[in-house]
Amino acid sequence: MGLIEFTCAVLLMSVLAGLLGALTGLGGGVVIVPALALLFHIDLRYAIGASLVSVIATSSGAAVSYVREGFSNVRIGMFLEVATTVGAVVGAYLTARISNHAIAIIFGFTLLYSAWSSFHHKQNERPRKQNMLAEKLKLRGDYPTASGREAYVAQNVPAGFGIMFIAGILSGLLGIGSGAVKVLAMDHAMKLPFKVSTTTSNFMIGVTAAASAGIYLSRGYVAPGLAAPVMLGVLAGSLAGARLLVRIRVPILRVVFAIVIVALGVEMIYSGATGRL
Amino acid sequence: MASEADLKMEIAISQMLRAGVSLAAIVVFAGGCLYMLQAHGVTSDYRHFHGIPSPADRIPPLLVARHLDSRSIIRLGILLLVATPIMRVAYCVYGFAAQKDKIYIVVSSIVLTVLLYSFFHA
Repeated sequence: MGLIEFTCAVLLMSVLAGLLGALTGLGGGVVIVPALALLFHIDLRYAIGASLVSVIATSSGAAVSYVREGFSNVRIGMFLEVATTVGAVVGAYLTARISNHAIAIIFGFTLLYSAWSSFHHKQNERPRKQNMLAEKLKLRGDYPTASGREAYVAQNVPAGFGIMFIAGILSGLLGIGSGAVKVLAMDHAMKLPFKVSTTTSNFMIGVTAAASAGIYLSRGYVAPGLAAPVMLGVLAGSLAGARLLVRIRVPILRVVFAIVIVALGVEMIYSGATGRL
Repeated sequence: MASEADLKMEIAISQMLRAGVSLAAIVVFAGGCLYMLQAHGVTSDYRHFHGIPSPADRIPPLLVARHLDSRSIIRLGILLLVATPIMRVAYCVYGFAAQKDKIYIVVSSIVLTVLLYSFFHA
């Protein structure tokens, strides 16, 4: 493939991934790596490096609209970022120690989990129980609802912190935002309202990814000629998707995209297990 | 509860993030266009991992303008992009200091230290 054809194909795929990621709320980054590895036969480390860059771009680019809604919580985000950034550094170091086959298999299972979790949102009852540790760390807040501002307090702080550490490792190891695992920590463990956990998680993704980016750059995982079209494509796609999202509802698209993710996940596990990646 | 101050801080942060991402995207785009011209239609080999970047890829950002090497320009754009969330955390340290929130001055400083540790690897 010539340079122009290759770059255009990567760009187009990235725009599509960003668009679908934003429309379905599943995140575009998660399909970039398997698409680059399986369709374009790109080495996993280059794919992961390009994906990580696009994750920082989309997270930071989308932050404005999230903040204005008034759902994200800067203190909860900052506190948990201690766990995710340390995890991300550990994850980035692990990429050099773990074989491509193993990374592909871990990636596959993460994809399967992301698809599964996107259909299992449980509505938390209002978490207003007293929690000493959360009070001490000011992990509380309020958010706008139909019936005025509703207060919440974080629960199970150590469990949430621990899961965030794992989310950080996965992010650093796989070059993804691992939003699904972040929401698991805040939604299921800490019992935060769903809107609060998703918007705070978006905010955290950029910081987490930045923690492994420096190590990726020094190791040569970020190939400029590949990272440029991926970053610009995913950013353009996700910004367009966020605009469209206001106007259309997309339950069918969500199912289709989840099926794509499952298929890519199975393919990644198979390719990793048979040593083709 | 300083939620009013928090919201103001967050809005300032998110505008900073958008400006940083826009700037990074422009630099990467310019570098990408130049790359298409300089690479003479040859696609790099991405099927195999080549390891540590060549010295040509590690030109300090300030020298990029003189060399006008497309790969270094893209790299500079990516460094700007990575710096954006780091600036965000640095601004939070300042914001929490203004609120005299001791716990969160420490918490955000830890995050900043981890980020800077990784950034100066690159």
